Amino acid sequence: MTNSTIVVMGDRAEYAPPAPERPNLRLGQLSLIAVTLFTFAFLYVPIIVLILFSFNSARTGAVWQGFTLSWYQRLLGNEALLTAAGRSLIIGIVSTAGSVVIGTLTALAMEREHFRAKAVWDGLLYMPVIIPEIVSGVSLLLFFAAGGIERGLLTLVVSHIAFSMPFVYLTVRARLADFDRSIEEAAQDLGADEAKTFWLITLPLLMPGIVSGALLAFTLSIDDFIISFFVTGKGWNTLPIYIWSQLKQGVTPEINAISAVLLLFSVSVIALSLLLQRRRN
Amino acid sequence: MDGASTPLHAKPDVEDSALANDFAVELRDVVKLYGEVAAVDHVTMFIRHNEFFSLLGPSGCGKTTSLRMIAGFERPTSGVIAIDNKLMGATPPFRRDVNTVFQSYALFPHMTVEQNVAFGLQMKGINKDETKRRTQEALELVRLPQLAGRYPKQMSGGQQQRVALARALVNRPKVLLLDEPLGALDLKLRKEMQIELKTLQHQVGITFIYVTHDQEEALTMSDRIAIMSRGKALQIGSPLEIYERPNCRFVADFIGETNFLDGKVIEVRGDFATLELPSGQTFVGRVSEGVRAGAHATLSVRPEKMQLLENASSTAANTYQVTVFSIAYVGSDTRVIINLGAQRIDVWEQNSSSTLNPDDYFFKPGENAWLTFKPENALVLAG
Ligand SMILES: Nc1ncnc2c1ncn2[C@@H]1O[C@H](COP(=O)(O)OP(=O)(O)O)[C@@H](O)[C@H]1O
Ligand SMILES: [Mg+2]
Repeated sequence: MTNSTIVVMGDRAEYAPPAPERPNLRLGQLSLIAVTLFTFAFLYVPIIVLILFSFNSARTGAVWQGFTLSWYQRLLGNEALLTAAGRSLIIGIVSTAGSVVIGTLTALAMEREHFRAKAVWDGLLYMPVIIPEIVSGVSLLLFFAAGGIERGLLTLVVSHIAFSMPFVYLTVRARLADFDRSIEEAAQDLGADEAKTFWLITLPLLMPGIVSGALLAFTLSIDDFIISFFVTGKGWNTLPIYIWSQLKQGVTPEINAISAVLLLFSVSVIALSLLLQRRRN
Repeated sequence: MDGASTPLHAKPDVEDSALANDFAVELRDVVKLYGEVAAVDHVTMFIRHNEFFSLLGPSGCGKTTSLRMIAGFERPTSGVIAIDNKLMGATPPFRRDVNTVFQSYALFPHMTVEQNVAFGLQMKGINKDETKRRTQEALELVRLPQLAGRYPKQMSGGQQQRVALARALVNRPKVLLLDEPLGALDLKLRKEMQIELKTLQHQVGITFIYVTHDQEEALTMSDRIAIMSRGKALQIGSPLEIYERPNCRFVADFIGETNFLDGKVIEVRGDFATLELPSGQTFVGRVSEGVRAGAHATLSVRPEKMQLLENASSTAANTYQVTVFSIAYVGSDTRVIINLGAQRIDVWEQNSSSTLNPDDYFFKPGENAWLTFKPENALVLAG
């Protein structure tokens, strides 16, 4: 805006009648703002308190005594915790890889192959997203027990693939919906066989969908508790299960510190996925 | 169906004996069914080397399907296709020596212009230096070397179209297939690109099979045109042959403007046939295939091939007194609509002299005039 228009507007403002008092509206606005603030507080105050108290030097209670990093240092020396975190990471990576491969191939098949009752199969693939986790957990437990499969890494990975694969399927399917197949034909026309067309054209173009699906699957796997709790075996604590087991001894600043790290990790992964997607567009 | 490419010399019974057995592309009795619908219906075409060959017809007549069968994206339900005298059978697209310029361009959105153009050469395993050089050459050919680093999204429709062309031409295929490549461009750019494409085709000496629904485009660019309708190739010939000697009512109607006079054939003598209208007048025109005495037929005569006179002898052939219904001055010609009994006929008189007096432009509505045209300027078509 130029200077002159500001002047003109200033002049006009002098002649404008004073704004009438609107007490009702003001009250309405105030209460809206209050509700909004309350919502934010409700969402974030517990988390902020948790993070704050992970730096609190007091061993117990909700009294601030002073700043310390000692709880974080202790985490590094906590063998059981680090093992659980390592397991969660491995399960997360392996199950994400599995979900990506199965989810992407399933999405391709569902999009491109012709078979009967496709809508039904499609619906069945969405179902795990809405099936209550406790039901999934119990049913998987029964399934593994019936099959005589020893509970541990394998059952955890398989279960995590089962609940995270639909998310990869969904994101890849969405990407496929507006995929121009003549681009693949162009590649074949230019001498690329089916395999080359897939690796050089189809896969790179699906990548944004695959990556966001994978990051979603990964975060879901890392912080899954209910299903993991059912299908894990003796001595196979994942990080969320470890945190839960520690809670039996009450909330310690150490738990606060682990939670803060987990939070930072999840937020970073999501931020990374957003960043990657923005770069693509 | 036949397996991979095998030499084709089994059947020498090709109509055009001089060129028999040596064509860029052959379609023999090709049919493509989608369910019950024949998208392509017994099409036979022989396309010569270095020819600019167009498939012209209204939307849905099977042009794209024909092209896709040549490219290898679809397989004929029956019939055979040969490229450079080799039967294609089940040969996949990536092993056919043809390249396609897609209607939607189908550029690779995740690759730069240069990467798009280099793709075909890389697939052929051509070394880096040569790939780079030929890519550069191809981009120069379409006058886009300065945009090599751009992505397709960052370019206009016309530029994308040129990239699609460069990407196909860089491979120096035997045959280039173009599916309405100018369809998405505005009129001005379209006209420019028509000339460029034609020049380019001369330059590179590649057979072009060009799909269009625009008759003017086909007439100005093509060596030969196949007129298609409902999956059939009705007529194949040079623009001159197609315009001057359409072999059926559809072709005469589809290409240019014409008048149809329906009647009954009363005599066929030599190259000419005489037709009698229900209202009694008789007309003589060139006889065409399938016209027999006693059968119904149609006289087709183009508006620019007739004259209106003030006086004429009523005994001359194809000469009748008519009433002027309306006239329209359109610059290069004056378009007159006349009534011959109940029959409406369009006559275009060229404005060969420059005058500002409206009365100099022939007749006024309601006046009588004499219509006349030479028998060799009219065609009697069967059916
Ligand atoms: N994949 C397909 N499945 C079913 N019908 C098709 C398919 N492709 C084309 N057709 C039909 O075949 C006919 C010819 O189509 P097309 O070759 O695309 O025509 P054109 O390119 O001349 O407009 C049309 O009636 C069209 O609906
Ligand atoms: Mg088409």
